[in-house]
This record gives sequence, C-alpha cells and structure tokens, in this order.
Amino acid sequence: MTNTANYLTRIDEATGNKIISIERDGEILDFIIGSRPDGTDLWQRVPYNADDYGPVADPRTDFDHADPAYNPNAPKVWKELREGGCPVAHSDRYGGMWVPVTDDTVTEIAYDTENFTSRAVVVGVGRPGDRALPAPIGGAPPITSDPPFHNVARRLLLPAFAPKMIEPWEPEIRRLCQNLLDEMGKITPGESIVDAAVQYAQNIPVNVIGRMLGFPEQDEELFRTFVHDVLERINEEPGTREGGDDLGVYIQEQIDDHRVNPRDDLTSYLMNVELDGNKLDDPVIGGMVVLLLVAGIDTTWSAIGSSLWHLAQHPEDHQRLLDDPDVMTFALEEFLRAYAPVTMARLVAKDNDFHGCPMKKDDWVLLPFPAANRDPKKFEDPDSFIVDREENRHAAFGLGIHRCLGSNLARLELKVAIEEFIKRFPRFELAGDTRWSVGQIRGPRELPVRILEVAN
Amino acid sequence: MERCSKKLPWHWVQEHPGIYDPFMRVHLDAEKCQGHNRCYALAPELFDVDDYGQAMLIVEGDVPAELYGKARLAASNCPEYAITITENG
Repeated sequence: MTNTANYLTRIDEATGNKIISIERDGEILDFIIGSRPDGTDLWQRVPYNADDYGPVADPRTDFDHADPAYNPNAPKVWKELREGGCPVAHSDRYGGMWVPVTDDTVTEIAYDTENFTSRAVVVGVGRPGDRALPAPIGGAPPITSDPPFHNVARRLLLPAFAPKMIEPWEPEIRRLCQNLLDEMGKITPGESIVDAAVQYAQNIPVNVIGRMLGFPEQDEELFRTFVHDVLERINEEPGTREGGDDLGVYIQEQIDDHRVNPRDDLTSYLMNVELDGNKLDDPVIGGMVVLLLVAGIDTTWSAIGSSLWHLAQHPEDHQRLLDDPDVMTFALEEFLRAYAPVTMARLVAKDNDFHGCPMKKDDWVLLPFPAANRDPKKFEDPDSFIVDREENRHAAFGLGIHRCLGSNLARLELKVAIEEFIKRFPRFELAGDTRWSVGQIRGPRELPVRILEVAN
Repeated sequence: MERCSKKLPWHWVQEHPGIYDPFMRVHLDAEKCQGHNRCYALAPELFDVDDYGQAMLIVEGDVPAELYGKARLAASNCPEYAITITENG
C-alpha cells in the first residue's frame, strides 16, 4: 500500500475555495474544495420532489428506499425483485437511481472505484458535483474519498479502530449495558413492557463513540438529532436541515476545547496525527468526526435493535444462546448477515453499460449490502436465520476498500448488548408495533417488548 | 524426507490412515485483505492482525492437524476471499 499521493493545495483568492491539484496518469487535475454550494461544479440540486411521486407502485421501475413501507418489508422487496428477474432496479427519483439487489451486482460495484465514486454516500436531493472532491479536505473522509486519497485518509484512522485497540472497551460497554437495564426500574414478569430500541439499543453506540471522542456525555441527545438529520430527512431541502450546520459548529467547539485541554481520546489523536509531516486542518478533523458520529451511531443501534426484534420472536434461538454461549461466535455473524443495517451509495463516475443498464454520469447507485446478504446464490436458505451458520461470508460491513472502519467496535457493541439483554431477560416477546427507520440505515426505532422472565 | 502423499487425492489419504500424512497449508492474499478481522476472531492460532487491523498469517508451512477445522472456518468466512487452503496436493 502506498501512503502518499502527488498533490498540491492552494487557495483561490477570488472565491476563497481551496484547490487541490493532483497528478494522475501524467495529467494534472484541479479539484475545487468548497463548502458553499455556489456553483454547479460544487453542488447540484437534483430535479426531484418527493410530493410529485407518492408511494412506490412498482419497485422495479420506481424504487424508493425512503418510502416508509420499504424498510419494514425490505427482504420481501429484494426477493421479489430477484425472483422477478430484476437484478438491478431503477427509479427516476433523486434525479435517477439504480439499485442492484444481487450479490454479484452489489459486489461488482463495491469493487469498481473507477466507474463508481464514493463522493456522496447518502442518496438525497442534493449531490456534490464532480469537481467538489471532498478528500482529503471537507466531506467525511475516508468514506467519501476515492483512490488515491482514500488510502491516505483511511490509514490515519485505521489504527484507532484496530481489534487490539477496541478489545479493551469490552468491560466498559458491558457496564454501560447493565446500567441501562438497571435504569428500566422494577420489572414485573408478564406485565412490564420496555422499549428495547429507545431505552436500550439507541443509547449504547452514542455513549461509546461520545466517550471515545471525548465529547460531553450530556450531549448524546444532540448527536442523535444530528444523525437523524443527516440520514433520515433526505427528501427535505438541504437548507432546512439545520442540524447539519449546527453539527459543524458543535464539532468546531469540541476541537477548540481539545486544543485548550488536550486529553487521551480520539479527537486529540486526530489533532496530533500527521499527514506528510503536517497536522490536519480543522475541517479535515471535523469531517472525520462527522463520519465517526454519523456512521457509528444509528448503524450499531439498528443492528442491536434488529437482533433483539428477532430474539423476541424466536425463543428457540434465544434459548440456544443461553444454553450454549459459544454459539455466539456464529450467531453474531448471522445477526449481521440477516439484519445488516447499512445500505451504502455511490454516484456513477462516468457513463457505462452495467449488464445492460445504461448508467449515466451522476446517477445515484444504492448499494444494499443487506440485499446481497440474502441472495440464494451465495447463501443457503438465505431468508432463514440459522443461529449456528458456520459458513458466512456476509457483507454487512461492505466489501473492498471501504470496509466499515468501525466494524470491530460495532461487533463488540452488538455482542455485549445482546449478551447482557438476554442474560437479564431470559424470555421476552414483542408487545405492540415495531417502528422501523426510514432510509439507508435499517433497524427498529421503537421496539416495545414484554418481559416474561427476569434473572435474579 | 519428501512426503509422497502430496500428489494424492485427499479422500485417498483419509481412507488410508497411518500410511500417508495428510497436510494442509493456508495462503493469505494480503492485497485482498480489507481487515474484516473474521480470521483472527475464528482462528487466532493461525492469524494475527497488525496495527492497522490487517491480517497476518502466523503459521509457517504445514498447519497442525488439530487446527484444520479452524483453518477451513477462517477461509470460508473471509468476505474478500483472501484466504485459500491447499490440502494434499
């Protein structure tokens, strides 16, 4: 792996924008790095208004992952598309969007960084133009970066999330889960109903990432609002999503505070790390923090919630985990396969014919790894949850160079959260309607369960 | 002494225990590895991870017979198909 790319940065005095010149294949390319959407090079408003469309009639030709009916029924939608001979769906929404749903097609696009760019990874009504390269400055590197910058940004963050750095967090995560269970108060078996999403799952990742970053604990609710703004309100005008701007201001305050009071946490680490002998600019640090907050919170929260949703309906799997704790090694991966929460996205980088699909530059491409995880060509009996499935090459954390940076942390949080919940409540069942998220991250947002048994 | 079992089919070796030593080797393609960490979690006797979370093979040469199962498990769970196994030839 190479750790450097040939590039020069300068400030354009007329606009205040940063220009990065990169040498690629002997050609010098200028990329404009700006945060103000004052030119089509930087930002495009796609011609789409959700109100003109209404509910999805046919997912083959009018796919919409933000339709409230999609997430609750997603596995059925993928299956019908596949069995109906439609490996890649299309939609005119969001200015044009393609949706591969087979393992082959999802994998091929994930590996193809030439034809598909990661410049934008959340489908919405605004998309950055192709000269608004967000990496390494601005955006949320490295998730929004393409080669060659991608590797530079990723190598900075990888050591902080390597398995041996994450493992020591286990006792703290376990205590946190136990505290949340304690806070549910007195539980009367057969009567008490708790919300496993609101009172439990949603609090775990936000607390852990906040602590890793060294942000004040009382700000957890604020983080959740930010995440909601970025990931769920995708059909609203960018200007009305105030959370995004507030988030920038908030993070800058935290960086300033760390500058005055440096401490042993991820924020201080990012402020001290060096790229080609230089420390990172505040906007780069801020972009990385945005990534860690947004990517680290409702993803893991969704995985925990979906796993508990499954166990509430499958006491046999629940019992197996209690009787044979070692089966967790396989069960954990099966939860991740069957209930993978994250669908990524790409923009088409150049016109190309993808197995007969005429993809045009700047079309959106959804990358539903959860759909790939239920492809019968790759997994035997994919719609069944097999608690001890031994062969499980699932793609819950993506494939290729953008493999989820926080996968080791996510896995640890998911494992500990399930273990502690089922240990405390050896039996529980669904009690009322589960409310699912809207958009690219799939998981329960409200999950009322009735506790049938409490461990002493 | 060179083992004569290396060119023989696996099932043949299995059916004639005590005559031919079975052997297994594991190969890791570092270019394909993206640090999913599945191998290190399933077979820490065979794999370690570096400071960046990239997998490293820690056995040289033949895999000890008691670890065959773990080696196969690691190979069949790598999402990037970075691990391959050679058995008896």
